[in-house]
Amino acid sequence: MVIAEVKALIKKEIKTEWQQRYAFGGMLLYIASTVFVCKLSFNTIDSPLTWSALFWIIMLFAAVNAVTKSFLAENAGRTLYLYTLASAQSIIVAKIIYNSLLMLLLSVICFGVYALLLGNPVTNSWLFFATVIVGNLGFASLLTMVSAIAAKAANNFSLMAILSFPIMLPLILTLIKLTKFAIDGIALSVCIKYLLTAFCINIIIVVLAYMLFPYLWRD
Amino acid sequence: MKKNWWKIVCVVLLFYTVIAGFMMDVPRKPILNETIRNQYFHVCMWFGMLALMSISLYYSLRFLKTSNIADDVYASQSANVAILYGVLGLITGSIWAKYTWSEWPTFSLKGWWINDVKLNGAAICMLIYFAYTLLRNSLDDDTKRAKVSAVYNVFAYVLMIVFLLIVPRLTDSLHPGNGGNPGFAKYDLDNKMRMVFWPAVLAWILLGLWIASIAIRVKLLNAKKLNLIDLSPLDQE
Repeated sequence: MVIAEVKALIKKEIKTEWQQRYAFGGMLLYIASTVFVCKLSFNTIDSPLTWSALFWIIMLFAAVNAVTKSFLAENAGRTLYLYTLASAQSIIVAKIIYNSLLMLLLSVICFGVYALLLGNPVTNSWLFFATVIVGNLGFASLLTMVSAIAAKAANNFSLMAILSFPIMLPLILTLIKLTKFAIDGIALSVCIKYLLTAFCINIIIVVLAYMLFPYLWRD
Repeated sequence: MKKNWWKIVCVVLLFYTVIAGFMMDVPRKPILNETIRNQYFHVCMWFGMLALMSISLYYSLRFLKTSNIADDVYASQSANVAILYGVLGLITGSIWAKYTWSEWPTFSLKGWWINDVKLNGAAICMLIYFAYTLLRNSLDDDTKRAKVSAVYNVFAYVLMIVFLLIVPRLTDSLHPGNGGNPGFAKYDLDNKMRMVFWPAVLAWILLGLWIASIAIRVKLLNAKKLNLIDLSPLDQE
């Protein structure tokens, strides 16, 4: 892995995204319409657990939508060209970093819309902020790796959900718990354990992706 | 015959498990009563499942190193038997739970599935390995299938272990061994039960290996018939 390669690849990802602005617009519209459906179905949410679970489920589907295309959208020729230019590790690290940035942007927008329509019960903003960051890094890295796996198979969009949801559960459950803590205003000393857990899951995912991806890309 | 001694051990231990498991005296605990004998069958299924999944992981890692299709056959067939054990574990568990938990007055849900951490953990293991088989089936090319599924197997196994370690600590559980419920470790102190339990674990793991070895042999012979792999080193065994 070379830092310069990673930087160049991230720049390339951003440029591709900019060329396909409609895709990003599509994601924004997806978030807006999902939250609106939730608003109309729930009207108000009193329970902190429901609020946090719903928030993370919306984020989960937004993440699947946003990250799936990171390997699926690339055409075979360009992918091959890319692999002759950069090492496999640089590619996966660049994709993970780029998708994390994308997810962070999406989560800020999603939280904005969600809070606007369904209210914002969060009392400990710092904890919530940290949870959102850790959670989205985890979503991005796990889904990037799964999308690399699913891209090899036919019928890959449904495969993406089947492969990723079961292995995502430890992360999601920890995040929902943390968000509930942020709403209830539990002391940081209690939450730090869960925050570290979520962080460690992230580290495990990234390390696994870094080690396994080089086996995957070669056809 | 010399190589098959472990199969004889397996059969003897299974007879011992069934006979001693039903005939020997067990501690009388409230609510559990005689259902405690399920430990010789239900808990062993999870031991067997995890053992087979670990074997599957080992062969997946080996495949990534050697790129030998035979390793992939070992990995996939072990995973299939692990799924069989998992399903059996779920069935024995839910029959047991029906007669112990569901009778509790605090439960509004009197079904065959209770929302519980350990049960959900088991369900997640199943989902992951069903996804693994589905992934295998959706790939046509042999080498590609072997490689992609090996990568997923390693990735999913590690995260499954993370799940099994972390999630039970997030919430309280009804399952024996959690949240103040008398558990597995406590019964284990009972010497009479330990005398049946550990041989039973070994017996069920051996049975799993036996089933897997037959499944592997069938697969390898099929592959040989289609001339997919060169099996000359295996023939000498």
